[in-house]
Amino acid sequence: MIMIHILIMAGITYLVRMLPMAIFKKKIESNFIKSFLYYVPFAVLGSMTFPAIFTSTSSLYSAIAGTAVAILLAFKEKSLLTVALSSCFAVYITEWILKSIDLF
Amino acid sequence: METAKSSNNFFAGIKDGIPIGLGYLSVSFTFGIMAVNSGLSVWIAVLISMTNLTSAGQFAGIGLISAGASYIEMALAQFVINLRYSLMSLSLTQKTDNSFNILQRLILSFGITDEVFAVASGKAHDISTKYMYGLITVPYLGWAAGTLFGAIAGSILPDSVSSAMNIAIYGMFLAIIIPPAKKARPVLWVTILSVVISLLLHYTPYLNKLSEGFVIIICALTASGFGALFFPVKEAAK
Repeated sequence: MIMIHILIMAGITYLVRMLPMAIFKKKIESNFIKSFLYYVPFAVLGSMTFPAIFTSTSSLYSAIAGTAVAILLAFKEKSLLTVALSSCFAVYITEWILKSIDLF
Repeated sequence: METAKSSNNFFAGIKDGIPIGLGYLSVSFTFGIMAVNSGLSVWIAVLISMTNLTSAGQFAGIGLISAGASYIEMALAQFVINLRYSLMSLSLTQKTDNSFNILQRLILSFGITDEVFAVASGKAHDISTKYMYGLITVPYLGWAAGTLFGAIAGSILPDSVSSAMNIAIYGMFLAIIIPPAKKARPVLWVTILSVVISLLLHYTPYLNKLSEGFVIIICALTASGFGALFFPVKEAAK
Protein backbone atom coordinates (compact mmCIF):
# COMPACT_ATOMS: atom_id res chain seq x y z
CA MET A 1 0.00 0.00 0.00
CA ILE A 2 2.58 2.57 1.11
CA MET A 3 5.09 1.08 -1.34
CA ILE A 4 2.64 1.65 -4.19
CA HIS A 5 2.24 5.28 -3.11
CA ILE A 6 6.02 5.71 -3.08
CA LEU A 7 6.31 4.00 -6.46
CA ILE A 8 3.74 6.41 -7.92
CA MET A 9 5.48 9.43 -6.37
CA ALA A 10 8.89 8.38 -7.67
CA GLY A 11 7.58 7.29 -11.07
CA ILE A 12 5.61 10.45 -11.85
CA THR A 13 8.36 12.72 -10.53
CA TYR A 14 10.92 10.92 -12.70
CA LEU A 15 8.72 10.94 -15.80
CA VAL A 16 8.08 14.71 -15.72
CA ARG A 17 11.84 15.26 -15.51
CA MET A 18 12.91 12.59 -17.94
CA LEU A 19 10.40 12.77 -20.82
CA PRO A 20 11.20 16.31 -22.00
CA MET A 21 14.92 15.61 -21.77
CA ALA A 22 14.64 12.33 -23.67
CA ILE A 23 12.18 13.49 -26.32
CA PHE A 24 12.53 17.19 -27.06
CA LYS A 25 15.44 18.81 -28.77
CA LYS A 26 13.69 22.10 -29.53
CA LYS A 27 12.39 24.80 -27.23
CA ILE A 28 8.69 25.31 -26.41
CA GLU A 29 7.29 28.05 -28.63
CA SER A 30 3.93 28.57 -26.93
CA ASN A 31 4.26 31.57 -24.68
CA PHE A 32 1.09 30.55 -22.84
CA ILE A 33 2.60 27.22 -21.78
CA LYS A 34 5.92 28.84 -20.89
CA SER A 35 4.13 31.45 -18.76
CA PHE A 36 1.88 28.83 -17.18
CA LEU A 37 4.87 26.72 -16.14
CA TYR A 38 6.64 29.81 -14.82
CA TYR A 39 3.75 30.53 -12.41
CA VAL A 40 3.15 26.93 -11.28
CA PRO A 41 5.68 26.86 -8.40
CA PHE A 42 4.29 30.04 -6.82
CA ALA A 43 0.69 28.85 -7.10
CA VAL A 44 1.60 25.42 -5.69
CA LEU A 45 3.63 26.76 -2.77
CA GLY A 46 0.98 29.39 -1.97
CA SER A 47 -1.83 26.86 -1.76
CA MET A 48 0.34 24.38 0.14
CA THR A 49 1.22 27.02 2.73
CA PHE A 50 -2.23 28.50 3.38
CA PRO A 51 -4.17 27.57 5.40
CA ALA A 52 -1.99 24.56 6.35
CA ILE A 53 0.55 26.76 8.15
CA PHE A 54 -2.08 27.76 10.75
CA THR A 55 -2.65 24.17 11.85
CA SER A 56 0.98 23.04 11.59
CA THR A 57 1.76 23.64 15.29
CA SER A 58 -0.07 22.76 18.51
CA SER A 59 -1.85 26.12 18.86
CA LEU A 60 -3.28 28.73 16.48
CA TYR A 61 -1.53 31.53 18.40
CA SER A 62 1.92 30.02 18.05
CA ALA A 63 1.24 29.37 14.36
CA ILE A 64 0.28 33.01 13.82
CA ALA A 65 3.48 34.12 15.60
CA GLY A 66 5.56 31.79 13.43
CA THR A 67 3.82 32.93 10.25
CA ALA A 68 4.31 36.61 11.10
CA VAL A 69 8.03 36.11 11.77
CA ALA A 70 8.45 34.11 8.54
CA ILE A 71 6.65 36.73 6.40
CA LEU A 72 8.66 39.57 7.94
CA LEU A 73 12.05 37.88 7.44
CA ALA A 74 11.15 36.60 3.96
CA PHE A 75 10.17 40.15 3.06
CA LYS A 76 13.63 41.25 4.19
CA GLU A 77 15.00 38.51 1.88
CA LYS A 78 16.77 36.50 4.59
CA SER A 79 18.00 33.03 3.60
CA LEU A 80 15.63 30.03 3.55
CA LEU A 81 17.34 28.55 6.59
CA THR A 82 17.16 31.80 8.61
CA VAL A 83 13.48 32.28 7.83
CA ALA A 84 12.59 28.67 8.64
CA LEU A 85 14.53 28.44 11.91
CA SER A 86 13.39 31.86 13.17
CA SER A 87 9.81 30.85 12.49
CA CYS A 88 10.32 27.63 14.51
CA PHE A 89 11.90 29.63 17.31
CA ALA A 90 8.93 32.04 17.40
CA VAL A 91 6.56 29.06 17.66
CA TYR A 92 8.61 27.47 20.43
CA ILE A 93 8.78 30.69 22.48
CA THR A 94 5.06 31.42 22.00
CA GLU A 95 4.05 27.93 23.11
CA TRP A 96 6.36 28.19 26.10
CA ILE A 97 4.81 31.52 27.14
CA LEU A 98 1.24 30.23 26.60
CA LYS A 99 2.06 27.20 28.73
CA SER A 100 3.53 29.34 31.52
CA ILE A 101 0.50 31.62 31.72
CA ASP A 102 -1.77 28.58 31.49
CA LEU A 103 -3.77 29.70 28.46
CA PHE A 104 -2.54 26.85 26.40
CA MET B 1 39.65 26.84 -24.04
CA GLU B 2 41.48 25.30 -21.08
CA THR B 3 39.36 27.19 -18.53
CA ALA B 4 36.17 26.14 -20.27
CA LYS B 5 37.33 22.53 -20.03
CA SER B 6 38.36 22.56 -16.37
CA SER B 7 35.07 24.20 -15.33
CA ASN B 8 33.21 21.41 -17.12
CA ASN B 9 34.63 18.26 -15.48
CA PHE B 10 33.38 16.08 -12.62
CA PHE B 11 35.20 17.98 -9.87
CA ALA B 12 33.94 21.35 -11.05
CA GLY B 13 30.46 19.87 -10.73
CA ILE B 14 31.19 18.57 -7.22
CA LYS B 15 32.43 22.01 -6.19
CA ASP B 16 29.33 23.75 -7.54
CA GLY B 17 27.12 21.15 -5.85
CA ILE B 18 28.48 21.60 -2.30
CA PRO B 19 26.49 24.74 -1.42
CA ILE B 20 23.34 23.12 -2.83
CA GLY B 21 23.96 19.96 -0.78
CA LEU B 22 24.44 21.97 2.43
CA GLY B 23 21.19 23.82 1.82
CA TYR B 24 19.41 20.51 1.20
CA LEU B 25 20.57 19.10 4.55
CA SER B 26 18.30 21.45 6.47
CA VAL B 27 15.27 21.09 4.19
CA SER B 28 15.47 17.30 4.13
CA PHE B 29 16.09 17.30 7.90
CA THR B 30 12.66 18.93 8.23
CA PHE B 31 11.22 16.41 5.80
CA GLY B 32 12.60 13.56 7.89
CA ILE B 33 11.02 14.98 11.07
CA MET B 34 7.65 15.52 9.39
CA ALA B 35 7.65 12.08 7.78
CA VAL B 36 8.21 10.40 11.15
CA ASN B 37 5.65 12.70 12.81
CA SER B 38 3.08 11.66 10.22
CA GLY B 39 3.62 8.03 11.13
CA LEU B 40 6.18 6.80 8.58
CA SER B 41 9.26 4.83 9.58
CA VAL B 42 12.81 6.20 9.32
CA TRP B 43 13.62 3.90 6.40
CA ILE B 44 10.48 4.76 4.45
CA ALA B 45 11.38 8.46 4.84
CA VAL B 46 14.90 7.84 3.50
CA LEU B 47 13.55 5.65 0.69
CA ILE B 48 11.19 8.46 -0.41
CA SER B 49 14.05 10.99 -0.45
CA MET B 50 16.37 8.67 -2.39
CA THR B 51 13.76 7.89 -5.05
CA ASN B 52 12.04 11.31 -5.38
CA LEU B 53 14.61 14.06 -4.76
CA THR B 54 12.05 16.87 -4.66
CA SER B 55 10.88 19.02 -1.75
CA ALA B 56 7.32 20.17 -2.46
CA GLY B 57 6.35 16.84 -4.03
CA GLN B 58 7.61 14.83 -1.07
CA PHE B 59 5.97 17.07 1.55
CA ALA B 60 2.67 16.86 -0.33
CA GLY B 61 3.21 13.12 -0.76
CA ILE B 62 3.52 12.30 2.94
CA GLY B 63 0.48 14.50 3.60
CA LEU B 64 -1.49 12.53 1.02
CA ILE B 65 -0.29 9.19 2.38
CA SER B 66 -1.31 10.04 5.95
CA ALA B 67 -4.66 11.39 4.69
CA GLY B 68 -5.28 8.02 2.99
CA ALA B 69 -5.46 9.56 -0.50
CA SER B 70 -6.19 7.47 -3.59
CA TYR B 71 -3.46 6.47 -6.07
CA ILE B 72 -5.03 8.66 -8.78
CA GLU B 73 -4.97 11.64 -6.46
CA MET B 74 -1.34 10.98 -5.59
CA ALA B 75 -0.39 10.69 -9.26
CA LEU B 76 -2.23 13.88 -10.27
CA ALA B 77 -0.84 15.86 -7.32
CA GLN B 78 2.74 14.76 -8.06
CA PHE B 79 2.26 15.56 -11.73
CA VAL B 80 1.00 19.10 -11.13
CA ILE B 81 3.43 19.92 -8.30
CA ASN B 82 6.43 18.67 -10.27
CA LEU B 83 5.37 19.92 -13.68
CA ARG B 84 7.87 22.75 -13.42
CA TYR B 85 10.69 20.21 -13.81
CA SER B 86 9.52 19.58 -17.36
CA LEU B 87 10.27 23.16 -18.25
CA MET B 88 13.70 23.00 -16.60
CA SER B 89 14.49 19.69 -18.25
CA LEU B 90 13.37 21.09 -21.58
CA SER B 91 15.43 24.21 -21.11
CA LEU B 92 18.54 22.15 -20.23
CA THR B 93 18.30 20.23 -23.52
CA GLN B 94 19.40 23.49 -25.14
CA LYS B 95 22.55 23.58 -23.00
CA THR B 96 23.88 20.02 -23.22
CA ASP B 97 27.01 19.16 -25.19
CA ASN B 98 27.33 16.10 -27.44
CA SER B 99 28.33 13.80 -24.54
CA PHE B 100 24.60 13.57 -23.76
CA ASN B 101 23.34 10.41 -25.46
CA ILE B 102 19.97 8.85 -24.68
CA LEU B 103 21.29 6.76 -21.76
CA GLN B 104 22.91 9.80 -20.12
CA ARG B 105 19.68 11.73 -20.57
CA LEU B 106 17.69 8.94 -18.89
CA ILE B 107 20.06 8.90 -15.90
CA LEU B 108 20.85 12.59 -15.45
CA SER B 109 17.28 13.88 -15.78
CA PHE B 110 16.59 12.19 -12.41
CA GLY B 111 18.78 14.80 -10.69
CA ILE B 112 17.19 17.97 -12.04
CA THR B 113 16.02 20.09 -9.11
CA ASP B 114 15.31 23.83 -8.90
CA GLU B 115 18.81 24.57 -7.59
CA VAL B 116 20.68 22.13 -9.86
CA PHE B 117 18.84 23.65 -12.81
CA ALA B 118 19.66 27.18 -11.64
CA VAL B 119 23.39 26.43 -11.40
CA ALA B 120 23.61 24.38 -14.62
CA SER B 121 21.72 26.92 -16.70
CA GLY B 122 23.86 29.71 -15.27
CA LYS B 123 27.07 28.24 -16.77
CA ALA B 124 28.55 30.28 -19.62
CA HIS B 125 29.21 27.20 -21.78
CA ASP B 126 27.37 24.00 -22.73
CA ILE B 127 27.50 21.46 -19.91
CA SER B 128 29.05 17.99 -20.12
CA THR B 129 27.68 14.77 -18.61
CA LYS B 130 30.72 14.61 -16.28
CA TYR B 131 29.93 18.04 -14.91
CA MET B 132 26.28 17.08 -14.38
CA TYR B 133 27.23 13.88 -12.51
CA GLY B 134 29.43 15.99 -10.23
CA LEU B 135 26.79 18.66 -9.75
CA ILE B 136 24.10 16.15 -8.74
CA THR B 137 26.24 14.00 -6.39
CA VAL B 138 26.56 16.22 -3.29
CA PRO B 139 22.93 17.48 -3.33
CA TYR B 140 21.71 13.87 -3.67
CA LEU B 141 23.80 12.69 -0.72
CA GLY B 142 22.84 15.77 1.33
CA TRP B 143 19.16 15.16 0.63
CA ALA B 144 19.35 11.51 1.75
CA ALA B 145 21.57 12.17 4.80
CA GLY B 146 19.44 15.11 6.00
CA THR B 147 16.33 12.95 5.77
CA LEU B 148 17.98 10.19 7.80
CA PHE B 149 19.16 12.59 10.54
CA GLY B 150 15.79 14.37 10.63
CA ALA B 151 13.83 11.12 10.83
CA ILE B 152 16.02 9.87 13.70
CA ALA B 153 15.80 13.24 15.48
CA GLY B 154 12.03 13.31 14.96
CA SER B 155 11.62 10.07 16.86
CA ILE B 156 13.62 11.28 19.89
CA LEU B 157 12.91 15.04 20.08
CA PRO B 158 10.35 16.23 22.71
CA ASP B 159 6.86 17.18 21.42
CA SER B 160 7.37 20.90 22.09
CA VAL B 161 10.38 20.94 19.76
CA SER B 162 8.85 18.87 16.95
CA SER B 163 5.67 20.97 17.09
CA ALA B 164 7.85 24.03 16.50
CA MET B 165 9.79 22.25 13.72
CA ASN B 166 6.60 21.46 11.80
CA ILE B 167 6.27 25.09 10.73
CA ALA B 168 9.79 25.11 9.20
CA ILE B 169 8.77 23.93 5.75
CA TYR B 170 6.06 26.57 5.47
CA GLY B 171 8.56 29.19 6.61
CA MET B 172 10.81 27.99 3.80
CA PHE B 173 7.98 28.14 1.27
CA LEU B 174 7.30 31.75 2.31
CA ALA B 175 11.01 32.51 1.91
CA ILE B 176 10.83 31.13 -1.64
CA ILE B 177 7.64 32.95 -2.72
CA ILE B 178 7.89 36.36 -1.05
CA PRO B 179 11.13 37.80 -2.54
CA PRO B 180 10.06 37.22 -6.22
CA ALA B 181 6.50 38.34 -5.36
CA LYS B 182 7.98 41.59 -4.05
CA LYS B 183 9.79 42.23 -7.32
CA ALA B 184 7.21 41.04 -9.85
CA ARG B 185 3.58 42.06 -9.42
CA PRO B 186 2.22 39.19 -11.58
CA VAL B 187 3.89 36.66 -9.27
CA LEU B 188 2.24 38.40 -6.32
CA TRP B 189 -1.23 38.29 -7.93
CA VAL B 190 -0.88 34.65 -8.95
CA THR B 191 0.24 33.70 -5.43
CA ILE B 192 -2.57 35.69 -3.76
CA LEU B 193 -5.16 34.17 -6.10
CA SER B 194 -3.90 30.69 -5.32
CA VAL B 195 -4.02 31.35 -1.55
CA VAL B 196 -7.55 32.80 -1.78
CA ILE B 197 -8.83 29.78 -3.73
CA SER B 198 -7.12 27.47 -1.25
CA LEU B 199 -8.78 29.25 1.70
CA LEU B 200 -12.18 29.11 -0.06
CA LEU B 201 -11.81 25.39 -0.75
CA HIS B 202 -10.81 24.71 2.85
CA TYR B 203 -13.50 26.75 4.63
CA THR B 204 -16.56 26.71 2.35
CA PRO B 205 -19.10 24.04 3.38
CA TYR B 206 -19.21 21.08 0.94
CA LEU B 207 -16.11 22.31 -0.91
CA ASN B 208 -14.06 21.56 2.21
CA LYS B 209 -14.77 17.86 1.57
CA LEU B 210 -12.27 18.01 -1.31
CA SER B 211 -9.03 16.24 -0.54
CA GLU B 212 -5.71 18.05 -0.15
CA GLY B 213 -4.29 16.81 -3.45
CA PHE B 214 -7.17 18.12 -5.53
CA VAL B 215 -7.11 21.45 -3.70
CA ILE B 216 -3.45 21.95 -4.71
CA ILE B 217 -4.22 20.90 -8.29
CA ILE B 218 -7.22 23.24 -8.61
CA CYS B 219 -5.30 26.16 -7.10
CA ALA B 220 -2.24 25.57 -9.29
CA LEU B 221 -4.19 25.18 -12.54
CA THR B 222 -6.47 28.17 -11.92
CA ALA B 223 -3.88 30.62 -10.58
CA SER B 224 -1.17 29.69 -13.13
CA GLY B 225 -3.69 29.78 -15.97
CA PHE B 226 -4.83 33.22 -14.80
CA GLY B 227 -1.19 34.37 -14.71
CA ALA B 228 -0.42 32.97 -18.16
CA LEU B 229 -3.54 34.60 -19.64
CA PHE B 230 -3.23 38.04 -18.11
CA PHE B 231 0.51 38.34 -17.46
CA PRO B 232 2.33 36.35 -20.16
CA VAL B 233 6.09 36.31 -19.49
CA LYS B 234 8.74 37.07 -22.07
CA GLU B 235 11.58 35.06 -20.56
CA ALA B 236 9.70 32.31 -18.75
CA ALA B 237 12.48 29.74 -18.79
CA LYS B 238 13.83 30.75 -15.41
